[in-house]
Amino acid sequence: MTVTDDLVSYEDALASYDPVMGLEVHVELGTRTKMFCGCSTELGAEPNSQVCPTCLGLPGSLPVVNAVGVESAIKIGLALNCEIAQWCRFARKNYFYPDMPKNFQTSQYDEPIAFNGYLDVALEDGEVFRVEIERAHMEEDTGKSTHIGGATGRIHGASHSLLDYNRAGIPLIEIVTKPIEGAGERAPEVARAYVAELRELIRALGVSEARMEMGQMRCDVNLSLRPHGTEKFGTRSETKNVNSLRSVERAARFEIQRHAAVLSGGGTIIQETRHFHEEDGSTTSGRIKEEAEDYRYFPEPDLVPVAPSREWVEELRATLPELPRVRRERLREEWGISDHEMQSVLNAGAIDLIVATVDAGAPADQARKWWMGELARRSNEDGVELAALPITPAQVARVCALVAEGKLNDKLARQVIEGVLAGEGDPDQVVDKRGLAVVSDEGALGAAVDEAIAGNPGIADKIRDGKVAAAGALVGAVMKATRGQADAARVRELILERLGVQG
Amino acid sequence: MADLTRLTAAQTAEAIASGETSAVDVAQAHLDRIDAIDEKVHAFLHVDTEGALAAARAVDAKRAKGEELGPLAGVPLALKDIFTTEGVPTTVGSKILDGWIPPYDATLTRRLKEAGVVILGKTNMDEFAMGSSTENSAFGPTGNPWDLTRIPGGSGGGSSAALASFQAPLAIGTDTGGSIRQPAAVTGTVGVKPTYGAVSRYGMVAFSSSLDQGGPCARTVLDAALLHEAIAGHDPLDSTSVDAPVPAVVEAARNGDVRGLRVGVVKEFGGEGYQDGVMTRFHESVELLRELGAEIVEVSCPSFTYALAAYYLIAPSECSSNLARFDAMRYGLRVGDDGTHSAEEVTALTREAGFGAEVKRRIMLGTYALSSGYYDAYYGSAQKVRTLITRDFERAFGDVDVLVSPTTPTTAFPIGERADDPMAMYLADLCTIPSNLAGNAAMSLPCGLAPEDGLPVGLQIIAPALADDRLYRVGAAVESAFIARWGHPLLEEAPTL
Ligand SMILES: [Zn+2]
Repeated sequence: MTVTDDLVSYEDALASYDPVMGLEVHVELGTRTKMFCGCSTELGAEPNSQVCPTCLGLPGSLPVVNAVGVESAIKIGLALNCEIAQWCRFARKNYFYPDMPKNFQTSQYDEPIAFNGYLDVALEDGEVFRVEIERAHMEEDTGKSTHIGGATGRIHGASHSLLDYNRAGIPLIEIVTKPIEGAGERAPEVARAYVAELRELIRALGVSEARMEMGQMRCDVNLSLRPHGTEKFGTRSETKNVNSLRSVERAARFEIQRHAAVLSGGGTIIQETRHFHEEDGSTTSGRIKEEAEDYRYFPEPDLVPVAPSREWVEELRATLPELPRVRRERLREEWGISDHEMQSVLNAGAIDLIVATVDAGAPADQARKWWMGELARRSNEDGVELAALPITPAQVARVCALVAEGKLNDKLARQVIEGVLAGEGDPDQVVDKRGLAVVSDEGALGAAVDEAIAGNPGIADKIRDGKVAAAGALVGAVMKATRGQADAARVRELILERLGVQG
Repeated sequence: MADLTRLTAAQTAEAIASGETSAVDVAQAHLDRIDAIDEKVHAFLHVDTEGALAAARAVDAKRAKGEELGPLAGVPLALKDIFTTEGVPTTVGSKILDGWIPPYDATLTRRLKEAGVVILGKTNMDEFAMGSSTENSAFGPTGNPWDLTRIPGGSGGGSSAALASFQAPLAIGTDTGGSIRQPAAVTGTVGVKPTYGAVSRYGMVAFSSSLDQGGPCARTVLDAALLHEAIAGHDPLDSTSVDAPVPAVVEAARNGDVRGLRVGVVKEFGGEGYQDGVMTRFHESVELLRELGAEIVEVSCPSFTYALAAYYLIAPSECSSNLARFDAMRYGLRVGDDGTHSAEEVTALTREAGFGAEVKRRIMLGTYALSSGYYDAYYGSAQKVRTLITRDFERAFGDVDVLVSPTTPTTAFPIGERADDPMAMYLADLCTIPSNLAGNAAMSLPCGLAPEDGLPVGLQIIAPALADDRLYRVGAAVESAFIARWGHPLLEEAPTL
């Protein structure tokens, strides 16, 4: 992708301008069936195998609202501190696209199910930024087009397109922020943190897995700049389908630099949609909105209004889980770590794994040490998510227990972890198969210690002279002789004892 | 046995149940009748000979096994081509769906089949139910059995013509602005628009979702009631369907009585534009009701004046959205798919070729009315008028039990007369539209022939929502009094085809 846009440096952009952002996030709900019909929402099925007259928009078909979808929407609204509508309707958003079966999307317009809320998001350094929520509304997903014959998979240059309607009608919640002002140079970071926090929230509510790489959560980044000291918003660009946390941050950053270059060059920003490019973090012009698209919204006459009773809303409020940020703060205190360390744990996707490991009996510091150390390294190396590593929190907890019991030392424990990851079985099986138990036979250990002292008379003398620190070398020799299977602390005790020194 | 096509539905079911005749004989008699005369009438777009005979055989087999038969088992029916029928073409009178074979049955279709009703075929209609004459069908007009050069009403002209020409004793219509009642009026048959939501819309191709309502068409009030009972009732597949017990319409139809009933005559229906003979027959009907013991009250519904205008904003608006799905991507007609056109061009070419002039007119009207900047002035205002009309009805029903009016301002007009004058065509629904806007229940039944042209006139009875049984109680009383006066049902006077 060639970037034809001029950019100014990020610092220069921020020196002259104040960014204002709006984030629109679509979340695919994890309901078992679609929003308006009984079709399965399972991913990965044969194209067009999960369709019916309603989600294909066949003549005569009618929608029926999925109650679980409404419940999920209310939960999200409540978790975002929104008001929940007493009465609201679906609306038809009319526009033509081949992957949209009815050529209107059943959505909500001026009567969203949830409105006027906020989400507090924590930045890397622990600072909390409040993002105000305009609305959260219910709608349905479209089908999927696959363009064949073009170079880039885009419609341009394609000879034909294939349509898969399995996704058509899957429930979506669109969450729209109010303009995010005052974030300044941290705007891209705020954008990322907001989407990350929202994702955690959605997962905690159990309404969606919110996997961005699977398209279950998609983000549009709207951004404009205004000169410092001015109130009026500048013209915005809308960068569509930015589908990873890192991309959200990069897209915002790129647009700040691009807008600044245009504006400081005396140009004007065109209101347009833009495509984001993962390869280089740039955006390019999509469709120019010469005039605001007219979706001719009107209330959906095929559906009756949704009027959630206050009792039901309160029942749902009572079932809300501890919100992620609150939970993180509680865990951070329980684990006794800094904001920054907690942020690393969050970024690594390790919170739930550590909690589960602690629940399985491991001390928190040990659990965190393994997940954030050895296992995080492996996940990086293998390019898989931490949670996807072939080891369970219970297995990690067992390794911790074996270390605590003195049956494994650190080095052996790492080998056990390696064995588990290699599919050699549970920790105890790996210990057996690899013969990794610590040498605890005092006789054998004594002999090894004696041998080490005899073989290193110079070092032994130093220790006898009080240079206790030199004992490390003899410990190393014993460990080597026992192929690492000795308890290093016990070895050290024996050495000092033999040499008549106090430890 | 005498001519099986002349029996009422109730008589037919009785004859089959008693073994006097068989469902197959009844079906065959009707199929033969269709074969003999429908070339002239053109009531049917598709005759499902195999399906009809199979359904009839199933009824006969059931009877042979001694199983109990439903009240309409074995009775033939003409189904308006707007309801989906699995494996049987459904065109909605449009070229755009030419060749489409639906993979599913409408709820109404399913209920008919479960009731043992024998579906003879699909009837002609104005394209997408837009029209009052059936001239807008992409497959040619239907003739009125009273005078084949005249319109049989619309949009359900195929269904009304099938009844009036004895090609079927029962038919199904849909009524968005009068498409059941107006055809019934001009063909001397009975048609009922039930309360909005009484009959499931699932599988009924949408024209205007908030107005569309399927309902029964027949030659007698009792037959209409039997059919009403078979097709009405809550459907979980239609969110707007009424979740309440179906009113006891059959019982009401068997016990016609208007004594002590307060009947309102709507002042606004009458005067300029109303044919003299229509008003003559209407006033006679009101007198008849008085003689039968009803109390006649004049009521005023001032907002009805704006009903037509509101209707022609709401219905086109909804249709502009409902018909957007006909884009050549998944079913029906596809024009221009020759490798030189884009998807958008194929859609445009298909719609250009597949939709008729009236459909295009309404899509454009509706698209305009919903446009940002115009929405409040058009769609928004129309919805307010709708509320006012509903209030007029509520006020009226505070005073009276039912309202009566002529069903249509004129009798059947000649084919072609109003084809190029949409406003004149729209006036045919002047008296029927308010009930669609308010969602209440209304019936049209024959009340005589207009003296000047000898063509049928319809009496409209309107009842509050969910009080559909009142239509049948009043309708049955009026019907039997008229038959007593005439000495025979009105259709006996229709020319023999
Ligand atoms: Zn479906």
